[in-house]
Amino acid sequence: MKYDLAIVGAGPAGLSASVYASRYGIKNVVIGGISGGLTTQTHEIGNWLGEQKIAGWEFAQKATEHAKSYGVEIKNFLADEIKKEGEGNFQIFLSNGEKIQARTILIALGSKHRHLGVKGEKELAGKGVSYCATCDGFFYKEKTVAVVGGNDSAAGAAVFLGNIAKKVFVIYRGEQIRCERFWRESIEKNPKIEVLSNTNIKEIVGKDKLEKLILDNPYQDKEELEVDGVFVEIGSEPNIELLKNLKVELDEDGYIKIGPDGKTSVKGVWAAGDITTGSNKFKQIITAAAEGAVAVADIQGFLKK
Amino acid sequence: MSKVIDLSSENFQKEVLESKIPVLVDFWAPWCGPCRMMAPVLEDLAGEFDGQVQVAKIDVENPANQALAAQYQIMSIPNMKLFKNGQVIGELVGFRPKEELKKELQKQLGI
Ligand SMILES: Cc1cc2nc3c(=O)[nH]c(=O)nc-3n(C[C@H](O)[C@H](O)[C@H](O)COP(=O)(O)OP(=O)(O)OC[C@H]3O[C@@H](n4cnc5c(N)ncnc54)[C@H](O)[C@@H]3O)c2cc1C
Repeated sequence: MKYDLAIVGAGPAGLSASVYASRYGIKNVVIGGISGGLTTQTHEIGNWLGEQKIAGWEFAQKATEHAKSYGVEIKNFLADEIKKEGEGNFQIFLSNGEKIQARTILIALGSKHRHLGVKGEKELAGKGVSYCATCDGFFYKEKTVAVVGGNDSAAGAAVFLGNIAKKVFVIYRGEQIRCERFWRESIEKNPKIEVLSNTNIKEIVGKDKLEKLILDNPYQDKEELEVDGVFVEIGSEPNIELLKNLKVELDEDGYIKIGPDGKTSVKGVWAAGDITTGSNKFKQIITAAAEGAVAVADIQGFLKK
Repeated sequence: MSKVIDLSSENFQKEVLESKIPVLVDFWAPWCGPCRMMAPVLEDLAGEFDGQVQVAKIDVENPANQALAAQYQIMSIPNMKLFKNGQVIGELVGFRPKEELKKELQKQLGI
């Protein structure tokens, strides 16, 4: 079976695209490792219109059900490879051995957590090193934790952990954390949160679980900082490994360049969401969903021709 | 009926440690999004591996289960541990799509 459109990525961009495609009558399929994408890791969403407050997982489930309600199949597998076999003929190879054929492709693969890349990080992942404060914060009740980073997600994680842990260090390489005023004020108001600026982690140490961090800038005259957990929130990078064969044009940071219609540099391939240069790189659910919709409107015109 | 067993500190010994077949135990919590998305995957696998591997889950938010979570040093969820003859022989941290989890199980158990 050949689809009109294969959507690779099942986050807000991909699911929104699928809803629009189904309503246009475009035969589409969605492929995505985790349905709902990054929203599954969000504690609470408060800026999606119509939902004053919704848990991330609930949003993910609702969005998935919405897309499925049009009879679309969501394949929860990883894609291993995407190939263009001539005009209007794309092939996607899935981890279960399945091969999907489609006339057009929408790439909505989102981004992944950036890692610190220091000694001990990999070994202690899941043993004190975490990339999801909402998932794992609970295990640090009345313990000491550190958050690495200075952006909104780092600040959000610090505030969230400030309600659970006994002490929260925010370790930031720059002078002053760069986050929304709301987060900055919440951090300043909470005496349990302490910001260590101009500081990097050199190494993460622990045998069976995390014991301490080695800092490049001593804290209270010591390079060693004893913590029970460390949450890495140093931003994300686009998920582009899959695109080697397709050769879509990327910007200097690796994001897929798209036009206002969602088109990439390769004919028949569109992109939407966190993985693109679109929406001024404002990475939100609403912008991802909107980019998915815009791309599908253009794809519809293309398929009609 | 669901083939995934709901574990607690009461039945853990019997259902996991004394089980005759390997048991995949998912440590999860209601607030954890990736854990929620794991649930249907585990349901499917429980059906596919029926008789070969028992699939079970334990809610670590429940205070009665926290001692077990501490004993198995759970610090990140979803956390899936594979038990055989009462011993942990494998561990997976973080969401896994179905096919990945299946491959992992087959590799670990040589089935
Ligand atoms: C902690 C946190 C809190 C946030 N809070 C908010 C908030 O309150 N409000 C807001 O608007 N935004 C928030 N965001 C941002 C928002 O989650 C993202 O902007 C949005 O999810 C991007 O959607 P996307 O569809 O582009 O990508 P993603 O959500 O990242 O989805 C990517 C999809 O691609 C799939 N994928 C990746 N690689 C492969 C592969 N090889 N094969 C198959 N599938 C693959 C993934 O499984 C997933 O389905 C938050 C983000 C984080 C991390």
